[in-house]
Amino acid sequence: MEAVSTFLDMGGYAATVWPAYGVTAVILVGLLVASLRALSRRKAELAALESQMERPRR
Amino acid sequence: MPNFLHSLASPARFQRIANAVLPWVSVLAAVLLGVGIVWGLVFSPPDYQQGDTVRVMYIHVPAAWMATFCYAVMALLSASFLIWKHQLADLAARAASPIGACFTAIALITGALWGKPTWGTWWVWDARLTSVLVLFFLYLGHMALSAAFDDRERGGRAAAILACVGAINLPIIKYSVEWWNTLHQGASVFRMDGPTIDNSMLWPLLLTVLGFNMLFVVLLLVRIKSELLARRIEVLQRARASGRG
Repeated sequence: MEAVSTFLDMGGYAATVWPAYGVTAVILVGLLVASLRALSRRKAELAALESQMERPRR
Repeated sequence: MPNFLHSLASPARFQRIANAVLPWVSVLAAVLLGVGIVWGLVFSPPDYQQGDTVRVMYIHVPAAWMATFCYAVMALLSASFLIWKHQLADLAARAASPIGACFTAIALITGALWGKPTWGTWWVWDARLTSVLVLFFLYLGHMALSAAFDDRERGGRAAAILACVGAINLPIIKYSVEWWNTLHQGASVFRMDGPTIDNSMLWPLLLTVLGFNMLFVVLLLVRIKSELLARRIEVLQRARASGRG
C-alpha cells in the first residue's frame, strides 16, 4: 500500500507528472475516438446514399 | 520510385494496403506505448537534478518530435499535391493536420507543466517555445483554410501553399536552442557525438517515440480512409443534385 502511495506521490511532483500524462491520454484517445467515429459515420452515410441512388434505376 | 508512388496514389490500392497494415500497426503502437510508459513511470530512475519531473520527458519529447515530423510529412504531401495534382496527397495532408495540432498541443502543455517546477515558470517567450506555438497556429490555419472554400480544390490549394511556406519554421524550431539564448535545453539524443542521456532513460524514451510514430500511422490511415469516403459522398451528392436539375 505504501509502495502505491510513494509511486503516486512521484517524489513530490505528482502535480507535474500526472496532469501531463492525463492531458496526453485525453487528447490522443479523444482524437482516435473522433477519427474512428467519423469513419464509421461516413461509411453509413455512403451506404445510405448508394442505396438511394440505386433505387430509381430499378 | 515515382512509379511506386503513383501506384500508391490510387485510392483503391491505398485502401487495400491500409486495411492490411492497420491491425498490425495498431497492436505495435499499443505494445510500444504500454511498455514504454510503464517503464518510464515505474522502472526508470528519477533524475539526479530534476527528480521525478523527468518522467514528463517520455511523453513531451516524442510529442514534440511528432509535431515537427507530422508537419514535414504534411509539407511534402502539400508540395506533391501542388506539383503533380495528386488528389490522395491533398486528402492525406488534410488528414494529417489535426493529428499534428494534437501532438503540438501535447508538447506545449506538457512542456508548461514540466517548466513550472524545473524553470520556475510555465512559459517564456523564447525562440523554442514561440516557434512551436507558431507551429500550432500553422496547423490550425491549415485546418481552417482547407475547409474555408465551397470549392474543395481551391481550399486544398490554399492550404497546401500555407503548409509549404510554413515549412521554413521547421529548421527554426530545430536550431532555435543553438541560435538563441534560451531556457530550453539543447539536443541530448540526436547529437554528432552520440546521446548524452543515460541508457536507463534512453530505452523507455525510444519505446515511447516508436509508439507515438506507430500511433501517428494508425491515426493517419484511419483519417485518410475517412477523407476518401467524404470525397466519394460529395461526388455522389453532386451527381444526384445535377441529375435532379
